[in-house]
Amino acid sequence: MITHTHRPLRVILYEGTGSIALPTESRAKVMMALLDKGYAVTRSGQGASAVPHDDRSLLVLGAFEGKAPTLEDATGQITIDTRDITGLAPDAIVSLVEKTRGDKPMNEPGKWKPWFPVIDYTRCTNCMQCLSFCLFDVYGVSEDNKIQVQNNDNCKTNCPACSRVCPEVAIMFPKYQGSPINGDQVNENEAKREKIKVDISSLLGGDIYSTLKDRSSAFKSRFSKERSSDKALDERKKCLTKLVGDGFIPADVLASLPSTEEILKKAEVAKAKAAAALAAQ
Amino acid sequence: MPDSPTILYCRCAYAQVVPTGVKNEVLGKLCESSASFETVSDLCEMAAHRDPRLQAIASCQNLRIAACYPRAVHGLFQQAGSPLPENAEILNMRTQTAAEITDALLKS
Repeated sequence: MITHTHRPLRVILYEGTGSIALPTESRAKVMMALLDKGYAVTRSGQGASAVPHDDRSLLVLGAFEGKAPTLEDATGQITIDTRDITGLAPDAIVSLVEKTRGDKPMNEPGKWKPWFPVIDYTRCTNCMQCLSFCLFDVYGVSEDNKIQVQNNDNCKTNCPACSRVCPEVAIMFPKYQGSPINGDQVNENEAKREKIKVDISSLLGGDIYSTLKDRSSAFKSRFSKERSSDKALDERKKCLTKLVGDGFIPADVLASLPSTEEILKKAEVAKAKAAAALAAQ
Repeated sequence: MPDSPTILYCRCAYAQVVPTGVKNEVLGKLCESSASFETVSDLCEMAAHRDPRLQAIASCQNLRIAACYPRAVHGLFQQAGSPLPENAEILNMRTQTAAEITDALLKS
């Protein structure tokens, strides 16, 4: 699991009693700019319920006409800052938020793409093929013997290969463009024809490639193209090739790539995990 | 008002898979309204980090979410350990028009 989460502030744009509402255009500009910088923003107006507050500090922005109130959390657990934004242009409001955050680290868009598989448990049959297929230990088995995504930060960005070989079309990558890997509804008729079985132990012998290619050649629909085993294998190869070939990958990362022996070992470990989990069901 | 909806808008700021025109128009319409609403930078990013705020969101009744494919959004919350209530209404900014989405978000 990715653990480097930094969320120093929840920004509240307060436009209730005691504060003058911003012009609509300014409100939209401020919210877009803050969201694109990675902030979560609540617009406090009328007619809808707010999400309960969490353990982050609150920064309350409002056009208080120079009289920003002093607020305290009744539980004493959360710091609440208030700032008067009367007369400030959108850019100045965003700068004020940034200044208030100071040097506290925060996750920011553009520096990392949230790329990891998401399992649709309404479709997953716990067959463990994804566990066997992935070479990077993204998948694992829970205490109750269910497949789960355990190491999503191991996933290789833009590689959706495991979703293409899932026989139940149960693996999604929400940041992917094409359907149904992006989470779009699955066409059940085509899904049935797409079922394929993967045995990682045949990976090195080339059997898996020829088998999957043979099976996929019959289906050339758009759906098939998006979920074809050809593409899955191509992507897996591409990921590995990119990791090996790109000059910007550090040597230590390169050294951590699975070797032939490691792949065989992983296959055995995955097989044993899957067998144990399936036997326990 | 226990029946008031909680409106959540996802900006999908970490990857540009939601059409910019649609997401800007939806946010613009929300800003034009007088409604309170919540916005987050990216639900996928939050799910990747098991952000505890997802649990706070999932605890809300009568949720209306403007994001992407409902199957994906349900999966993200479930995988983060905070499954959405069954009645959560998810609007898809990748396939629906901004007008359809804002009508559904702001309906009384």
